[in-house]
Amino acid sequence: MADIGMESAVGISAAGDGAGPGYRLLAKESPEEEGRFLEISMGPQHPSTHGVFRMDVLLDGETVVRLKPVFGYLHRNHEKIAEGTTYLGSMPYTDRLDYFNSMTNNWAYALAVEKLAGISVPERAEYIRVITAEMTRLQNHATLMGFLLQDLGAMGTPLMYAFREREKILDLFEAVSGSRMMCNYMRFGGCRVDLPSGWLEETVRLVDEFPGFLDEFEALLAENEILMARLQGVGVLSAALAVNAGVTGPMLRASGVNYDIRKVDHYGIYDRFKFRVPLGAHGDCYDRLMLRLLEMRESIKILKQALKQIPSGPVIDPKVKIRNFKPKPGEAYGRIEGPKWELGFYLMSDGSASPYRYRVRPPSLINLTVLEDLCIGQKVADVVVILGSVDIVLGEVDR
Amino acid sequence: MESIEQIKLRIEQAIPGVILEIIANGSPGNPASIRVDPEHALAVARFLKDDGQLRLDYASNVTGVDWPDKVAQQTVKVLKMVDGVEKEFDAKVETREPGFLEAVYHLYSMELKHGPLVLRMRTGDRAGQTHLPSLTPLYRSADFQEREIYDLYGIIFDGHPDLRRLLMWEGFEDHPMRKDYAEPDDYEFEPTAHNQVLAKARRHYPPKASNG
Amino acid sequence: MDERLRSELSRQGVVAIKLETLYNWGRKNSLWPLGFGLACCAIEMIAASMARFDLSRFGAEVFRPSPRQADLMIVAGTVTKKMAPQVVRLYNQMPEPKYVIAMGACAISGGPFKQGYNVLKGIDRYLPVDVHIPGCPPKPEAVIQGLMLLQDLIDGQKLTGPGRPRFLKKGEPSDFEVPIEGAHDLVPPYNAAVWRPCKITIDE
Repeated sequence: MADIGMESAVGISAAGDGAGPGYRLLAKESPEEEGRFLEISMGPQHPSTHGVFRMDVLLDGETVVRLKPVFGYLHRNHEKIAEGTTYLGSMPYTDRLDYFNSMTNNWAYALAVEKLAGISVPERAEYIRVITAEMTRLQNHATLMGFLLQDLGAMGTPLMYAFREREKILDLFEAVSGSRMMCNYMRFGGCRVDLPSGWLEETVRLVDEFPGFLDEFEALLAENEILMARLQGVGVLSAALAVNAGVTGPMLRASGVNYDIRKVDHYGIYDRFKFRVPLGAHGDCYDRLMLRLLEMRESIKILKQALKQIPSGPVIDPKVKIRNFKPKPGEAYGRIEGPKWELGFYLMSDGSASPYRYRVRPPSLINLTVLEDLCIGQKVADVVVILGSVDIVLGEVDR
Repeated sequence: MESIEQIKLRIEQAIPGVILEIIANGSPGNPASIRVDPEHALAVARFLKDDGQLRLDYASNVTGVDWPDKVAQQTVKVLKMVDGVEKEFDAKVETREPGFLEAVYHLYSMELKHGPLVLRMRTGDRAGQTHLPSLTPLYRSADFQEREIYDLYGIIFDGHPDLRRLLMWEGFEDHPMRKDYAEPDDYEFEPTAHNQVLAKARRHYPPKASNG
Repeated sequence: MDERLRSELSRQGVVAIKLETLYNWGRKNSLWPLGFGLACCAIEMIAASMARFDLSRFGAEVFRPSPRQADLMIVAGTVTKKMAPQVVRLYNQMPEPKYVIAMGACAISGGPFKQGYNVLKGIDRYLPVDVHIPGCPPKPEAVIQGLMLLQDLIDGQKLTGPGRPRFLKKGEPSDFEVPIEGAHDLVPPYNAAVWRPCKITIDE
């Protein structure tokens, strides 16, 4: 057999692929340290379903001493491909960045291009964008809670509940854009097509039924003693470190920092909706999990208001050029509050049909900066839980 | 937030010897950027972070950009002696503007909820002098992003706690996002149904006359 | 066997069946996939195993985390050059009989990311693939259809004779060469024993 001793899931890393042949986490090579510490490689294939991600962990018994994440196993060269494609041609690739939330990825890219070229968006399209973005937030948070509970050991059942709700939302996405996951729906200046007939009524029905699912989940989870024992006090992130490390999204808000780009940047038409921003008090995994539940309730509020107020009209500005789109030379940085966190696109144009520099601000990568800080001193089993609560998606980390 | 000219003035007052340049942004409604010289970049960033009115404590995005050498060809008239008589000839002169690599930082403030301020740093050239100071000691969020710029562009950040490749494997030798990167040639022909359609269509057209 | 004799026997409670059919029936209805999702297609694979589409009706519910206990590897998502050695290593660790499903356009041939410098243009450059499921991502129904195709394939496998599968032939490899990460590309760029580039057949 070719590689004896090279185990896959949790095992001993023979030569540290990706972190260099000779790269060891042990700083000292003294015999006591060697005998005392165990260096293992968790990943890139492991049961916690976040994708191909690898962590080199140095253990003292079961306690983590050092942790270095290794990336690049899903580096698909999105930025380089975008330099060779037109602006519109990169839109389907943005779906595949954070493959759970394709609608918000599309919106972030469309926003950046609209900022670059100075395009405005009609009213109905803005409402459709808000509705689809909030529905994306609902299914993302539900899925995350399901995956986190699966990482804790509840093999399958909470994930089944979450996917049950997710399927309802994906049906609506398929009706409007043609695809369940890779929607490719936003365009520069609006949306690709108008909503089919009956879609709004179906969405209203879904929004009315969703709080029932949230109540069921909350009743099962909020006072659950296993959850409280395993998640409270685990992976505490202080507010100062979170701000300095560029952490955004629910992870930042769980540490008590009030920074929601929907309220800060006033992009889209979020100013018209009344919603609150939940904040956590402790910054541990339990806060991050429950915060997402609260955010889902706020999303329901936004959806109810948006579905009432949506006007009729065009969904894309008819004067916008879609073919042969060549914005003037310049640069723009557009960002939105995606369901996971701040997703930004930095575009530099040189007047031609492809961008000169196309950059995706990788939120999952930046949020992983603090992974080592969160995990030191915790047990190995907690590392999986902390990683689950950070809520990464590898398509975004590696692009 | 104050205007970019005001910020530039205040930085110049606070840090003596700093060289700043405002780079305009061709796209309307989007902010211009400030270019800092690498020697004073860390001091400037510290000023921006600690200043009471700015409090730019959140580095949102750290990007690398590649500007290759610009070669311009000009035709000039040159006087030369031919057989004792001065004559005018046309000569092609190549002017080469050296290229550079650039690191762009988007700074926001979470405390005061304003921004962005765009900071730029340029290297000397693309080959030997590709060192820039790292802002990771001030902004932890630049940690992985600067590693990625090192990996994909080749800018070496001095002062970075752990500068290794991030996305490509350690033995990899190129910097793939540069404009002159040659990707490995492993494209193979794969027949598709389209080829059969093309073959069928070809039968309707006369074959090209071969050049003798 | 004569059909009347067979039905007469079965009325008496005696079932006559070939060993081959029994063996294949048992294996095809209890395929254990390796829990191995790379990218977006992994989510559709998970959705295929969830309550709505329910892969467990076909026996493939138990996603094993360890390759030593799995007999089906569904390569779901883009295989990058950094990940390719690990994919081949995982395949080598699976015990025979083992099958590979290439799910999604990226695993078949590189997909939309084909131009990428870090993207492997199809996992079949290093591993023998049994079923290809096209799509980006393929819907869970397509995944189920792919699995059923694999089940038909297993059903048709013979135990004896020249048509028998690889794992029953002496001398056929069940391990494949693991590529090494070189300075610019993987070394070798493809495994010549498994895959060869097509010759061009249309005249230019």
